[in-house]
Amino acid sequence: MKKTRHLQILILIVTVISIQLLTQATDTSYYLTQLTMSAYYSLVIIGLSLVMGYAGQISIGHAGFFAIGGYMSALLTTHNLLPYKDSTFVLILSKAGLLVSRQDLYGTDLLTVHPWVSCILAIVITIVIAYVIGGPVLKLKGHYLAMATLGFGIIIFRIVLGSSIFGEADGLSDVPAFALLPGIEVSGKMPVRVLNYYIAWTMVVTGMVLLSNLVNSRIGRALRSIHGSEDAANAMGVNISKYKLHTFVLSAVFAAVAGVMLTHYNGGIGPSEASVMKSVRYVAIVAIGGMANLWGALIMGVLLNFLSLRGYFGSMDDAIFGGILIIIMLFAPNGLLRLEILGRLKKAKPKTGTEQA
Amino acid sequence: MNIELFSQYLVAGLTYGIIYSIVAIGFNIIYNTTGIINFAQGEFVMIGGMTAVTLYNFMPMPLAIAAAVIITMIIGALIEIVFIRWLVSPSVLRMIIITIGISIITREIALHVWDEKVRALPYFTGTAVTSISIGGVHISPQVIWVVGICTLVVLVLNFFFSYTLLGKQMRACSSNRNAARLCGISAKNMVTLSFVLSAGIGALAGCIVSPITYVQYDSGTGLAIKGFTVAVLGGLGNSMAAVAAGIILGVLESFSIWIMPTAFKDAISISILLLILFVRPGGIFGNKEALSLKEF
Amino acid sequence: MEFLKVNNLCRSFGGLKAVNDVSFTLKENTIKAIIGPNGAGKTTLFNLISGFTPLNQGEVFFNDNPIHGLQPYQIAANGISRTFQNLKLFPGMTVLENVMIGRHTHSKSEFLSGMLNLPWTWAEEKKIKKDSLEIMDYLGIADHAGTDATSLAYGQQRIVELARAMACEPKLLLLDEPAAGLNMRETADMAKLITRIRDRGITVLLVEHDMSLVMNISDEILVLCYGEKIADDAPLAVQQNDEVIRVYLGEDDA
Ligand SMILES: Nc1ncnc2c1ncn2[C@@H]1O[C@H](COP(=O)(O)OP(=O)(O)OP(=O)(O)O)[C@@H](O)[C@H]1O
Ligand SMILES: [Mg+2]
Repeated sequence: MKKTRHLQILILIVTVISIQLLTQATDTSYYLTQLTMSAYYSLVIIGLSLVMGYAGQISIGHAGFFAIGGYMSALLTTHNLLPYKDSTFVLILSKAGLLVSRQDLYGTDLLTVHPWVSCILAIVITIVIAYVIGGPVLKLKGHYLAMATLGFGIIIFRIVLGSSIFGEADGLSDVPAFALLPGIEVSGKMPVRVLNYYIAWTMVVTGMVLLSNLVNSRIGRALRSIHGSEDAANAMGVNISKYKLHTFVLSAVFAAVAGVMLTHYNGGIGPSEASVMKSVRYVAIVAIGGMANLWGALIMGVLLNFLSLRGYFGSMDDAIFGGILIIIMLFAPNGLLRLEILGRLKKAKPKTGTEQA
Repeated sequence: MNIELFSQYLVAGLTYGIIYSIVAIGFNIIYNTTGIINFAQGEFVMIGGMTAVTLYNFMPMPLAIAAAVIITMIIGALIEIVFIRWLVSPSVLRMIIITIGISIITREIALHVWDEKVRALPYFTGTAVTSISIGGVHISPQVIWVVGICTLVVLVLNFFFSYTLLGKQMRACSSNRNAARLCGISAKNMVTLSFVLSAGIGALAGCIVSPITYVQYDSGTGLAIKGFTVAVLGGLGNSMAAVAAGIILGVLESFSIWIMPTAFKDAISISILLLILFVRPGGIFGNKEALSLKEF
Repeated sequence: MEFLKVNNLCRSFGGLKAVNDVSFTLKENTIKAIIGPNGAGKTTLFNLISGFTPLNQGEVFFNDNPIHGLQPYQIAANGISRTFQNLKLFPGMTVLENVMIGRHTHSKSEFLSGMLNLPWTWAEEKKIKKDSLEIMDYLGIADHAGTDATSLAYGQQRIVELARAMACEPKLLLLDEPAAGLNMRETADMAKLITRIRDRGITVLLVEHDMSLVMNISDEILVLCYGEKIADDAPLAVQQNDEVIRVYLGEDDA
């Protein structure tokens, strides 16, 4: 068990490096841009896979958490505090080294929050919102849960679309680069394209290591038991609501981190990142990958996002995701990439029991 | 605030509220026979409205509306037969995802059949500026049409479910599918019928509001979530309560414009949805005792 | 000190009084059976004690600590474990994994330590596995460790559920119809198993329809009828109780 886990991670790392070398050799490094973006979207997707596949809860509002992360860091790193530079609050912040002075594209002086500070703040805000929303929402089941999470997503969408501070329909732009360490900065500039590819994929590898450890731990087992029978899990001393909530918050953090990083990478964020269609797309990819299958979610997340970002789906983008969603749910509700399929081929044993609601 | 403006808001709220109720009733009909929430419910409203607008170019309005309703009913039946009928005890999660997929596909097809333009039927009587004065309040005749037709729909539905054999059979299926099957009722056909009925009602709603609210390929989602809010507010499955709940939501939303910018109108009604789900998932009219036995 | 003390429990569903003013006590290290016709409220009584159904009225004390109003998982952590009348195994998990869930309250790795795969969690996992296998061995299902639990024969599944409940190391074990669906030999085995469990120092409260099993192994029997307690005594005394005879054999034969 542990060995296969290590092997899988190793294969992932080797693949990541080979792809970069391949693009370099074939002079197609422009692919790296979409691969970097796909990597960040995949962070959302593996987090959601944990919620849907392991804890057995649906969330049709995860784009909301992505947007909270993205918009918070965009707002804080672009909002000019210079006009308030004499107020005590701003003075304190600046004394504490939480602010940076820089110039925008037109040479205007700006005083904004440091990207690290805004990143941490964005994550903290996400955690708070996820706890506040998740507490009552996760008490619901089935349709009620689906609608409540959908509702949460729409509220976030409406807020960013309707508030001038979030740039309304235009979103926020001119988001500066995010220097993780001196010389290692998240930005979409040409010279750092390879570097950013590796930054993004390092995060994905880290995310996969953390989550695959988790699903193979005591907590992962407890989550699967909740999925199997809430009553029985409860009787065995598993605190169901706590675990569901923590899983939800954890996946929200994954989404928010992805939002922060991608916003810095793209230099901005728009309301479409918060749209219902984005949330549905995440759900679709998790479903295609096979719900309780982190690797399936990752592979499908990268593949479909890459194709979509490269524009292969053209104007049929949304239609294709909708279509895939229906076809998978009709004919392969357990997803395409199931290890069990291989197992089933080996010893064709009949499936027993009906589906759990 | 003067009484004039107040009643203006009230009438607007009432009009929207009644529309929401009709969409909610569409949800309830399918929910009652199948136990699933059709996330594509709003799309029926959109198809109805769009089809009627297109057909109106070739035929008189009453005919165009009738044809639009029938076409939407056929689409409803097709959706049920193609995507739902043959599934063996699908999980709730699977049904949710399938109906969401249907909703997206329908919307995308609508985008390709029509385009992104906003459309509307003309006012049934008079024009956008005509108004009738009732007790000093100016009301657009279309409002009267909306209220009148919706009331009629509710009454007819009530009659259908209480007094006709088919209606009774559908209700039997909703209370106990197995028992109904033993009595020789085809539960499968009843499910198809519920899709047809709910598509028809949605389409009718789409036609009569289009002069006021306009229709567009993606106007279904917004209506669907409002309709669901109302359905939950009234207690899922309870169509009569949905009417009251719809009016409450419509009026609340209409008056919310006073305290919040219009851009947040949707956010308000969805916050109401979340609040109800958290506090009283059985709806505001539900009886506490009965609700404690239900799972949400 | 009473081991388990149940005072005036009441629970109704709509107008139906499923459990009506039931009180009893349970001595440590004994087997007590609850019997009664279908729908008498036996399962509901179990659900009230284990926290699955909120009670309308009454109190439950476990070692003098009030446990009414606690959540099921809290009651489990207090040392009361249960099985279900309609099996509730975790589908898609192996027998071993099912039993390992039983060790949940006796291990403590959480989200952070799980994600970071800290070395001490390895030792903990090893211990969970070892303890679970030990219990499975004791109940004779260790051979099935790697099988999908829900693909086992019905009788085996009952034992897996028992193993899972035992893995919690409960002080009190609630068994809801442990012999339902078992054939005669399996039932006899189950009776032996339950006595052995009691001999291990675990107190057992069980619901059962099989009279031979109940009469043979229990120290005390409580009889429920339409939610009310009509007898609570030693097996022989219950057998001769007029009201019990009337309920079981019908008024005419009494
Ligand atoms: N959740 C519930 N909602 C409504 N009624 C219930 C519920 N649970 C139990 N009842 C009713 O309470 C009564 C007692 O049920 P219970 O399951 O406790 O009986 P039992 O003694 O375990 O019967 P059996 O021998 O069939 O298992 C029954 O009439 C049952 O229909
Ligand atoms: Mg029972």
